Parts: sequence; structure tokens; C-alpha cells
Amino acid sequence: MQIPYNEELRPDTGLYNAKLGIWIFLASEIMLFGGLFSAYIMLRVGAPVWPPLGTAELNIPMATFNTVVLITSSVTMVMAWASLKMNNFAKFKMYMGLTLLFSAIFLVVKYFEYSAKLSHGFTPAHDTFLAIYYTMTGLHVLHIIGGMIVNGYLWLPGSKMWETNPERFTNRVEVSGLYWHFVDLVWIFLFPSLYLL
Amino acid sequence: MSSQDHHEESFISKYIFSQDHKWIGIQYGFTSLIFLLFGFTLMMIMRWQLAYPDTVIPFIGGLFENGMLSPDMYNSFGAMHGTIMIFLGVVPMVVGAFGNYLVPLQIGAPDMAFPKLNMASYWTYLAGGVVMIYSFFVPGGAANSGWTSYPPLSDIATTGQTIWLFGMIFLITSSLLGSMNIIVTIVQLRVEGLTWDRLPFFVWAQFVTSFLLVLAFPPLEAAGVLQLMDRLVGTSFFLPSGLVVGGEVLNVSGGGSPLLWQHLFWFLAHPEVYVLVLPAMGVVAEIIANNTRKPLWGYKSIVFATVWLGFMSFIVWAHHMFITGMGQAMSIFFQTTTMIISIPSVIILSALFITLWGGRIRFNTPMLFALSFLPMFGIGGLTGLPLGLAPTDIHLHDTYYVIGHFHYVVAPGTIFAIFAGIYFWFPKITGKKLNEGLGKVHFFFSLIFMNGIFMPMFIQGLAGVSRRLADGGTSYAHAAGVLHWNEFMSMSAWLLGLAQIPFIINFFMTIFKKIDGVADPNPWQSTTIEWTDTTSPPLGHGNFETAPVVHRGPYEYSVEGASEDFIPQTKK
Repeated sequence: MQIPYNEELRPDTGLYNAKLGIWIFLASEIMLFGGLFSAYIMLRVGAPVWPPLGTAELNIPMATFNTVVLITSSVTMVMAWASLKMNNFAKFKMYMGLTLLFSAIFLVVKYFEYSAKLSHGFTPAHDTFLAIYYTMTGLHVLHIIGGMIVNGYLWLPGSKMWETNPERFTNRVEVSGLYWHFVDLVWIFLFPSLYLL
Repeated sequence: MSSQDHHEESFISKYIFSQDHKWIGIQYGFTSLIFLLFGFTLMMIMRWQLAYPDTVIPFIGGLFENGMLSPDMYNSFGAMHGTIMIFLGVVPMVVGAFGNYLVPLQIGAPDMAFPKLNMASYWTYLAGGVVMIYSFFVPGGAANSGWTSYPPLSDIATTGQTIWLFGMIFLITSSLLGSMNIIVTIVQLRVEGLTWDRLPFFVWAQFVTSFLLVLAFPPLEAAGVLQLMDRLVGTSFFLPSGLVVGGEVLNVSGGGSPLLWQHLFWFLAHPEVYVLVLPAMGVVAEIIANNTRKPLWGYKSIVFATVWLGFMSFIVWAHHMFITGMGQAMSIFFQTTTMIISIPSVIILSALFITLWGGRIRFNTPMLFALSFLPMFGIGGLTGLPLGLAPTDIHLHDTYYVIGHFHYVVAPGTIFAIFAGIYFWFPKITGKKLNEGLGKVHFFFSLIFMNGIFMPMFIQGLAGVSRRLADGGTSYAHAAGVLHWNEFMSMSAWLLGLAQIPFIINFFMTIFKKIDGVADPNPWQSTTIEWTDTTSPPLGHGNFETAPVVHRGPYEYSVEGASEDFIPQTKK
């Protein structure tokens, strides 16, 4: 039994199945983070002063650096997919490796940010600003880790598919890339809302 | 596409970790029937406490401390009854079982678009169910803050609430995987000629329902994460400053908002109502068209009404919150949208009623259940109007009237549609029709006792009896005049339990019945692909020998000049 339109495009929609699937999934992800952003707005509007008195100051230079890192990783992700489209598997390996490296850098920076806060007693329980900060960035970090697992799989064991079914493998990288851009986009909204505004 | 590459599958990959949408549908169906029975059993025990407060429960009293249901356990049972019936019973049944089994068959697809995700969705659902059942055994018992889990109460409740939240995250993930799959399947895998205006209405209903699940569930997941943070990490998302618990100010930072939970919760839970109802309407529409031998009246208006209903369901949520003090402007907006959303429901129901007009109706068991869905859902819908208007809601809020209203929608409404669907598609799955005699006994007693349970709730509710009292209102003077109904409702509930026995007997008797020769693939003389283009059941993995091609609409019954009173969709 073969499911139709796994690799080839359906003529009337112009999509293969997984591409539509990931867009629907991302729609639900937007609603997930949308729910959290609404919570953030409601807490902020309801607070007498924002950020609350005595709360921690977030490290803007570190977050700016991380923003650059994450945007770069999105670029290398596209390059990885484009390399496959141009039949250059070696370049795919390089760009995918770079994407993973940048994701890891993001996590390391985030680790230092978190531990600097926690060591001064600025835990999530300290006030609602830190609570929403840890929850939203924490959920974002989980998304980064999820993306790294998928990308890591496509980089190493999963890349064997390139020999048996290159078209489907390229689609997989594209779908994973769409997810990765979404994770990047979430950070682009998180950064100004939590650090700058 | 053909079934050429048939190879022997092992028992485990065929029956346990199956990737065949039909078997996954059966797994979903069977599991959710068990959960429905379990949720109903909780209620039958609670009804003892309501009818005869603080007396020893007969037969199973030994399971409880002092043989009675304590108020804490009553709360726990109430919360879990709601959770189990909705998230582990009805939704997995209408979407997981009916959607999974029928959508690929009705659109001529060999399977769902993502068979592995489909399997994952079932197992995540089962894990969620196991977690929920496990919560009964932790210290303090299962979640006891109502199925709505309103903070601050739920933030300071016993461990069961934490387990409840973890269980919900499993269930949300499961329905996300399932509904994504259904959307992609419907968009991508329709066979040649099956254009959008030729889709059976059931498929349309599943399509809109899946969008509701994909878009409405994540905000509850967000809310669940926030509540978990409150409970485990000590944040104060839902805890205001200076909250006093047990005479002492709670030692938290405060600054949170209990209303925030209600907004996020009802943003899911209102569309969820339509998740419960739309697939039921889809099932009923198929059965009514088939058994009146007439085309569905106003197919296009039903479809547009369904899509409209889907959109509107996202902007009515705060009509659950009129008495929270969220302000007059909000109340006016949400009561207006609520009145608007009643229009598409009325369009769908009216179209189904008009379909009956002049039909040659066959009163078989599935049709009886489908027919009774119409007035039962009608009662449920109409009694909702006073709740959707702020002034009347202030009196009725949190009374038994509310319980009566939404149970009319879901219990004699959706659950009757589920039974209709089981009786109707049972021959598709097994090749054998369920026994009509037992089916009719099941139907008539269920109909009588369902009304016996829920009709008196309107009376009690109008008298102002609160829905959350463990003694059913004994301690309240204003309830005295309507208290005698409690015994009547409880009797009806237990008799409704007995009325399910003919169904259970029928179900297993038919499964194990031997038939001579080959089963009839189309016993109801239906037009849609799942009946006309498949071989005799049980169907193999891959569904169709050759991919069908569709030439006409889904409901061509009693067409003039045709040789039979139905023309299959695939006939040129």
C-alpha cells in the first residue's frame, strides 16, 4: 500500500502531505505561544508597575547575541535544504552541522543567563515577570531542543535516505526547516517583549 | 494504491501497534466505550449520594470509607466524570473512532496521510487515560476542583490536580496529532472527482471539527503549563496578592489573575462543545439521508453553516464568565456573538428536519437514534439561550439548569448520535447487522431514562439549586420544594445503566455470530464510497482494490428514472 502525494505534489493543492501537515502543526504552535503571549499581556496590564519592583534585570547584550545566532542558524538551515536541491550532499552536511552548532551556542548562552539569575535568587517564584519570562523562554528552549533532535537525526542516521529516496529526504529537510524558522520567529517576538519593552 | 504488496503482518503490528486507520479506529472506539462506561459508573455512584445523602452505598459500599461517598470524594468523582466523559469518552469516540475509520473510506483514500502519527495519537491517548486513572490512587485522590479546574482552588488542591494536568497534556497532544492527520487526509487524499461540493457531510463535519481541535486546544495547553508552574515551581500566575487560605495569607509572590485561567480555559472549552456536536451532526445527517431515501435538504447551506459555526465558536467563550465581574462591555459583546452562533445551529437542525418531509422513512435502530438526536439536541440548544444572555444567566449560573442544558446537548444528543453511528456502521466493520429487537429495546429505554435524568434538572436549576453540592441541596432551605426530584433522577440514572445491557449483549452476540457465505458490502443501500466500492468486510489494509473515481454528489437517493432508489457516487 502506498499513500499518494508523499513525495510528489498534488496538482490541485500544489503540496505534498508533510508540507501541509507542518503548516497545520505550526498553526497550532502559534495558538500555543499566542495563549502565552495573551497571558503575558494580561499579567502586564493587571500589574501596578511593570516590571515589578525588585525584579531582576535581563541581560540585553547576551539576548542580542543570541538573536543573531538564531537568525544565522535559520540561514544555514535554508542553505542546507538548498544544497540538497542542488544535489550537493557534502554541502548539506556542512550547513546542517553549522545549524546544529548555532543551536547549541544559543542553548549555552541561555544556560549562562539562567544560572546568573538563579544564583542571585531570582527564581520563577520571585514575581510574575520572572515567572512568565522563565515559562516562555523555557518552552522556547524545549522547542529548540526538539528541533535539534530532528535536525541531528537528519544530519546523521536519517541522511541515509539520501541514497534510497533523495526527493523524500529533501522534503524532510524542508519540513524541519519550516519548523526551525518558526522557532526562530518565536524568539524574535520574545526578545523585544521580554527584554526591550 | 492496489493491494499488491500484501504481506503477512505479525500479530503485534496488525492488532496492537497497528498503522491501519480502520484498526486504530476500532481501538479508539473500544477504549472510549470503556471510558464512557467508567465515567457513567462514577455518576451512578454520585447519584446515590444525591438521592440518599450520607447513607451506606449498597453492593459497592465496601470500597469506600464508612461505605459512603465523602464530600471530598464526591468532588473528585464530579471532576473526573466530566474529564473522562469529554476528553476520554466522547471526543475520542467521535473524532478518533468515527473520524479515523470513516474519513479515509468516504474519500476513497488507502489510509490516513500519516499512518505512524495516527498510531502515535492512539497510544498517547491511552497513556493520557492511564495517567487519569492513576490519579485516583495518589494521596488525596483524583483532581477535585471540577472539570474546569478553576484557580485559585486548583492551584492549592491535592496532588491529583498535578496528575490531571499531566494527563491533559497527553490528551491534548493526542488530539493534535489526530486532527492534523484528518485535515491533511481530507485535503490531500480525496480521490479523483471528489470535489469539495461532493464530500459527504460527515467529512465536512470532521474537517471543521479538526480545525477547532488544532486551534483551540493549544491555549489550554499553555494554561496547563502555567498551572503546572504554579503548582510545582511556586509561581503565581493565577494567584492574586494576599490570598488567604485556611486563615493565613498564602506565602507566594502574588500578582496573578484567576480570571486568566478562565479565559484560556474557555477559549478551548467553548469550541470543544462544537467538537462534541459537529461530528454527531455529521453522523446523523448521513443516517437520515440514507433512511429517508432522500437527498439531504440544503446540502450547501448546511456546509456553510458548519464553517460559520466553526469560525464563530472562537469568539463566544466569555459567555461562561458573565458573573466573574469582567465588565459590561465584555458581556454585551459576548452575548451578541452567542446569539449569532445559535443561527447556524438552527440552520443545520432545520435542514435535517426538512429532509424528513415526504421521505419514505425506514425506522431501523440507527434511524431511531438519529431521529431522537434532533429533538434532544433541540432542547439542549434552546435551553442554552437563557444562559447566553447575561441578565438571565446571573440567576441560572452554576445551577442544575446548566447541567441539564449541556447534558441534553451531549448525552441524549451526541451519545445518541454515537449509538446511531455504531448501529449504522457496525455491518461495515464486521459484515453483520446488530439485532434489531435488542436495538429497539436499547433505544426506547435509553430515551425514556435519559429524559428522566435531565428534565428535572431544569426544574431544580430554575429553583436555584447549585450544581456542586455533595448533599444535593438537603442543607439549603430554598431547595426543599424540588428536592424530591433527586430520587427520581437517580432511579432514572440507574435504570439507564440497566438499559445498556441489551446493547452490550447485542454487541458481543453479533460479533461472535457466524454467517453463511459472504457478507453484503452495502446492507443499507447507501450511495457513499465506503459502502459501494469496497469488497465484503472485513476490509484489508489499503481499503480499495482499485482507486474509485467519483462522478456525482453524495446523496442521490430516489432519483427519477434510475433503476434503483439510489445511485452510487462512483456511477457514471
